[in-house]
Amino acid sequence: MKQIYLDHAATTPMDPAVIDEMTDSLKNLYGNPSSIHSFGRKARQALDKVRRTTAKVIGADEKEVTFTSGGTEANNLALIGTAFRNKSKGNHIITTKIEHHAVLHAAEYLEKNGFRVTYLDVDKDGMLDVEKLKASLTQETILVSVMMVNNETGVFQPISEIGQLIKDHQAYFHTDAVQALGLTNIHVDNLSVDLLTVSSHKINGPKGLGVLYVKKGTKLDSRQHGGEQERKRRPGTENVAGIIGFGKALEIAEEKKQVRKETYLSFKELFLKILDKNEISYYINGSKNNTIEHIINLSFPGTNVESLLTNFDLEGIAASSGSACSAGSVEPSHVLVSMYGSENSRIINSIRFSFGLANDLSQVELAANKIAKIVKRLTK
Amino acid sequence: MKNKEDIRVVVGMSGGVDSSVTALLLKEQGYDVIGIFMKNWDDTDESGMCTATEDFDDVVRVCNQLDIPYYAVNFEKQYWDKVFTYFLDEYKKGRTPNPDVMCNKEIKFKAFLDHALALGADYVATGHYAQVEKVGDSYRMLRGVDENKDQTYFLNQLSDEVLSKVMFPLGHLPKKEVRKIATEHDLATANKKDSTGICFIGERNFKDFLSEYLPAQPGNMTTLNGEIKGKHDGLMYYTLGQRQGLGIGGAGEPWFVVGKNVEENVLYVEQGYHHDALYADGLIASQLNWINEEPDNKPFSCTAKFRYRQKDSGVTVHPLEDGRVKVTFDQPERAITPGQAVVFYQDEVCLGGGTIDIILKDEKQLDYVG
Repeated sequence: MKQIYLDHAATTPMDPAVIDEMTDSLKNLYGNPSSIHSFGRKARQALDKVRRTTAKVIGADEKEVTFTSGGTEANNLALIGTAFRNKSKGNHIITTKIEHHAVLHAAEYLEKNGFRVTYLDVDKDGMLDVEKLKASLTQETILVSVMMVNNETGVFQPISEIGQLIKDHQAYFHTDAVQALGLTNIHVDNLSVDLLTVSSHKINGPKGLGVLYVKKGTKLDSRQHGGEQERKRRPGTENVAGIIGFGKALEIAEEKKQVRKETYLSFKELFLKILDKNEISYYINGSKNNTIEHIINLSFPGTNVESLLTNFDLEGIAASSGSACSAGSVEPSHVLVSMYGSENSRIINSIRFSFGLANDLSQVELAANKIAKIVKRLTK
Repeated sequence: MKNKEDIRVVVGMSGGVDSSVTALLLKEQGYDVIGIFMKNWDDTDESGMCTATEDFDDVVRVCNQLDIPYYAVNFEKQYWDKVFTYFLDEYKKGRTPNPDVMCNKEIKFKAFLDHALALGADYVATGHYAQVEKVGDSYRMLRGVDENKDQTYFLNQLSDEVLSKVMFPLGHLPKKEVRKIATEHDLATANKKDSTGICFIGERNFKDFLSEYLPAQPGNMTTLNGEIKGKHDGLMYYTLGQRQGLGIGGAGEPWFVVGKNVEENVLYVEQGYHHDALYADGLIASQLNWINEEPDNKPFSCTAKFRYRQKDSGVTVHPLEDGRVKVTFDQPERAITPGQAVVFYQDEVCLGGGTIDIILKDEKQLDYVG
């Protein structure tokens, strides 16, 4: 059976060119970048190059780029690092209810440590109302964290507006841009952010590598302690191959951004067209126009997530929904609960499809037809 | 007939050794096997962990060893509505319910079976110790070969139609052999302890658990003649024939629970394991399920179990007009308990069963048993 991967928002296949560069570095660049001999310098040189590429892509200075083990670590460092360091200025943090758990659970940890956290709801389109955020700001607020693109619905959040709003406030502004990188222009100055998270494995790079942008002058405590690496913000011998792989993936993503946006949009359109042709009833969760190209989140009335996902998988189609609980069963998505409330049936019958490098038009067509058939059977 | 690799069998996997071996045997026989874990109870703690976490992790490890796909399904709502609500209602009435019988009837062989069929399954399989036998066009349920493990008692509410879609691959094996197979294949669950007690209570204290859901009303503990012997903590904590936890000291034989009066909130106790008040010679059962054909109106002889793991007793079943049955015992039986199941057998064949409602002695209802 042909397997079709429609879960690129979860993770992506690596670009072969990335694998080549990484393989090469694994063979040839085993020096420790901190060493002061030729082996170390060679590795350090490769890191510097990626740091420069990254800085250039997001409009930052090289010194503002911190490599981490991934998006989760970067988000934890951003939230917990700044909160702990700046608690003399206040104890209030603002975020949203639709953040990734790497932000939400870090915020909950801060609550346990004496901070007060405001979790803002989003509207039915999945968007945060900036006025709501404005109303929540106090003199005690030291950090605002709002994601750039929601990973379940693909909806863009008004980051630059928020940036403008709190530009003159003492609070730092962090955005988790993990799901935005690769298909969106990210410029830290235009967004007016102090901290920004991205991750390598969402853009066809290796797993285990993320970046936290830390604007010059931003005060934060490191979460781990050791050597001098990453300006002591993130000590530990660097993941050289991972960083090199990320660098290559980022280069390719930037180069192909426009083409990919158009391609994924055409996938999305074809996908919906086939569902329409099969007379499948569905709702799109989230704003129709303010959504990133590769993600679509659909509610299929009269079905349930577990049955849909299992049936899809048995037909070779990989998609996802909400978050699995530790015991495997699918928990209602906190994102959809924030949008529609906990009683709405959308929270138990919605699936996220996300397109990417592993897809072509014929696959999307095949998958949409199979999905239509399954939904029809389950709603009979 | 379909080839085995085209026959899809969904195995209900709990993370225990029995369901692990069930999946293993079916896989070895060449079926298209899928493992599914049922999450029926939510006891998630602050850290987001629940008892099911470890069990599901075991399911994942075993399925990966067997190279079969695995999924989970959440029946918390159905379980709460159909099993737990019944469980509490029975305790409120002073009876001793059997949630496992209800779970098999409503969850494992209804909600789960439906879920599996919607996944294109031809059969569901579980690690129950019971056997399905096809006779002509109908399906009979036979006891598991391992006398000590036979679980047909809990399966008495299944229908012949359900059985036609069910496989019990362990039914012909002794438990020892199941462990041995697990060990030989180095299954991740080979040495896992068998679960005991009621699934949603797990290893916790039964009293503590129940008190979270039902208000405990302490009251008097008396003999049938009204002599006060002490205090009870709440009628729901006691079952007929129970000896432990009464706290009555003094000389002579130990004391046993012989009955309850729910209206007056009194627990009846008497002295001696074989006290006459603990014995009955008949019962009336309702919620009858006959796996194959319903008996006609004539009384018939068979054997019966009144509790799990009890030896069979000879009985005569008298069908009543209202669909219930009166069951008379060949020999007086001790501590027959309202709310428990009575399950009927003809030799190795399980005929079906019902819920014990009324206890009889000399043709009269024993009103003190509650």
